[in-house]
Amino acid sequence: MWEKKPVLLIIMATGAILVGTIITMVLPFVWVNTDADRIEGVKPYTALQQEGRDIYIREGCNNCHTQTVRPLVSDVLRYGEYSKSGEFVYDRPFLWGSKRTGPDLARLGGKYPDTWHYKHMESPRAMVPKSNMPDYGWLSANPLDPQMIQRKMETLGFPFTAEEIKALEGKNEMDAMVAYMQKLGTDIPWRQSNATEIVGDLTNPYAGVDHDSMEAWESIYTENCAACHGEHMEGVIGPELVGADYEEEVLFEIIYTGIADGGMPSFSSLGTDKVWKLVNFIKYYHLEEGHH
Amino acid sequence: MENRAYNYAIVRSFVTWSVIWGLVAVLVGVIVSFQMVEPDLNFPPYLTFGRLRPIHTNAGIYGWGVGVIFATFLYIVQRLCKTPLWSDKLAKFQLWFFNATIIASAVTLLLGYTTSKEYHEMEWPIDVMIIILWVAFAINIVMTILKRKEEQMYISLWYMLAAIIGVAILFTVNAAAVPASLFKSYSAYAGTNDANVHWWFGHNAVAMALTAPPLAMFYYFLPKSTGVPIYSHRLSIIAFWSLIFMYLWTGAHHLLWTPVPDWIQTLAMGFSVMLIAPSWGSVFNGYLSMNGQWHQMRDNYLIKYLILGITFYGLQTLQGPMQAIRTFSAFIHYTDWVPAHIHMGTMGWVSMISFASIYFLLPRIYGKEVYSIPLANLQFWLILVGQLIWSISLWIAGVLQAGMWNAMNPDGSLTFTFMETMVEMYPYWWARCLGGLVYMAGLIIFIYNLYMTAKKGKPTVNNAAAAAGRA
Repeated sequence: MWEKKPVLLIIMATGAILVGTIITMVLPFVWVNTDADRIEGVKPYTALQQEGRDIYIREGCNNCHTQTVRPLVSDVLRYGEYSKSGEFVYDRPFLWGSKRTGPDLARLGGKYPDTWHYKHMESPRAMVPKSNMPDYGWLSANPLDPQMIQRKMETLGFPFTAEEIKALEGKNEMDAMVAYMQKLGTDIPWRQSNATEIVGDLTNPYAGVDHDSMEAWESIYTENCAACHGEHMEGVIGPELVGADYEEEVLFEIIYTGIADGGMPSFSSLGTDKVWKLVNFIKYYHLEEGHH
Repeated sequence: MENRAYNYAIVRSFVTWSVIWGLVAVLVGVIVSFQMVEPDLNFPPYLTFGRLRPIHTNAGIYGWGVGVIFATFLYIVQRLCKTPLWSDKLAKFQLWFFNATIIASAVTLLLGYTTSKEYHEMEWPIDVMIIILWVAFAINIVMTILKRKEEQMYISLWYMLAAIIGVAILFTVNAAAVPASLFKSYSAYAGTNDANVHWWFGHNAVAMALTAPPLAMFYYFLPKSTGVPIYSHRLSIIAFWSLIFMYLWTGAHHLLWTPVPDWIQTLAMGFSVMLIAPSWGSVFNGYLSMNGQWHQMRDNYLIKYLILGITFYGLQTLQGPMQAIRTFSAFIHYTDWVPAHIHMGTMGWVSMISFASIYFLLPRIYGKEVYSIPLANLQFWLILVGQLIWSISLWIAGVLQAGMWNAMNPDGSLTFTFMETMVEMYPYWWARCLGGLVYMAGLIIFIYNLYMTAKKGKPTVNNAAAAAGRA
């Protein structure tokens, strides 16, 4: 019948298309972004953060970076607390992405100090040797346009103050980008609640290790620590480490859990074995070198 | 009016322009593949991976994919309805507006005007242009069908109508946004809702732009090329209705393990697996139509393209549902496995069918025999090998990286840092560059063959009259 009646075919096809559409696409609006998934403490972006987000969109960062941590062991260990619906109510558009050429960024905020981000954007390979991320240092040359940003905030209906807009003058696109990076995933206090608590005694499994064995551990230091503490522990963004006079257990704790407010990320994802190797390497490698 | 000739001029123009945009898509694809391995090949602000990759995908989908849809549908609709196009003027407008839209898309994306929504990156003024373009196309197709001289509508026409309706609904809903300026807008939906609406669009754009239309072409050009009818009309009816009904439930398989409500993910997973049936309905219909005709795989290069094309469709629609299962998705999602999957669909299925369709059209729209069949064969092997290098190397890369992402030490910590897994990808990314280059070589041969056919092809014996517009 419809084979001879195009109008009937169009109506029937539209009906077939609309069933799944209504159930899986329209219906979720009843629950999503309502009281059902609201999270206290989730705040709209500030003018500077929102502009950073718009630059992130303009440069197509979402082509290589996702922004959603799945409730899977490897995702949570690598990136942090899994993402929740209520955290995204101010995201227009969503930026979850579909491909991790680079790492997920949903929980990036607070992981590194601002300086790390400026240096990394300027030259990714200076911080992460074999990275394939393009340089974005040129963002620093572009001043922000406070008027346009104000209009965007009005369009989004986000709260802002006149001072906040005025404070944008003299700032550049890099500042906005870093502000956005530091906001990501920080609306819930997951770093504090997920912080590892070390219980029981810590015993250095490599106590008294000789210099030659430690040499093999240098790559762990180079890959994870050198960008901030310098190739020879001389200190760059982070402090100098040569002759670090912390106790072994304290050093372990700092590396393992990080310093939430100090810009030192947690390296628990390396596992206890590698962290102990780092403790020994940092504390004794150069010391012993001196004896040679 | 009644004696007006079939409009083949418009088909010629769309063939030409779709191929030009296809070359742009592949060329930009090759460029970004090199940027992946050699970051110094990024030249900010315009020529960076982040800005070029959407030009690659959108030139592929809207320039090449939709361009071929326009070319073939405007041809098929006239033949199946046994009547000329409803409006030649509207078709002419459609051609100019199509190119204007593609050019505007490429320029604005280079300038960084983007919504970031994958396969729908263009900002709102371009969205308006695309909607106008689609409506112009839809009116001409529907009106031509309404005034047809053949009462029965062949299966290709159903797929066409479903595609026209489907794309219109999907694109318009997903385009909804509030403008802040001429080139900046914010999505009408936020966060999880935006993600769910977007992948409802994203996956069904694959259904309505890259599945239904190539099926319409396949169902028309396969019997035309073999000279024997399609195996089962009934099977095509069942496959059609179940395909367009089930596809729309599956978008959230792109969002497994994200904050989108679990029940939507579960429905998407279930319907994705069920979709194997209608997909393979068409695959079997294609294979069984070859009963007693398999020798044509050797004798007729068109059949080689069409049967390989439908085979890649079959593989694609098995691999897709597999990826839509939660456990498998948990392992493979976000790795290079996924682009490998997509490229089997685009380079294998959609483009194979498109190449065959265009080769079939050439003698009919130019009145000249295809310039060189050996070149068409050479092209076949180059695009096949290029695509296989591309996909197979990245499937391996995806499994490797997924394994490394998930590897754990006995104390429950991760074995590898992110960068330790990423550096392992470089050899496979180089292989992708090679695959892209081989594929592009095939495409350049295709274009040369088209050009020489138009310039130097021998006049056809049978179709000269048709091409002159008197059929």
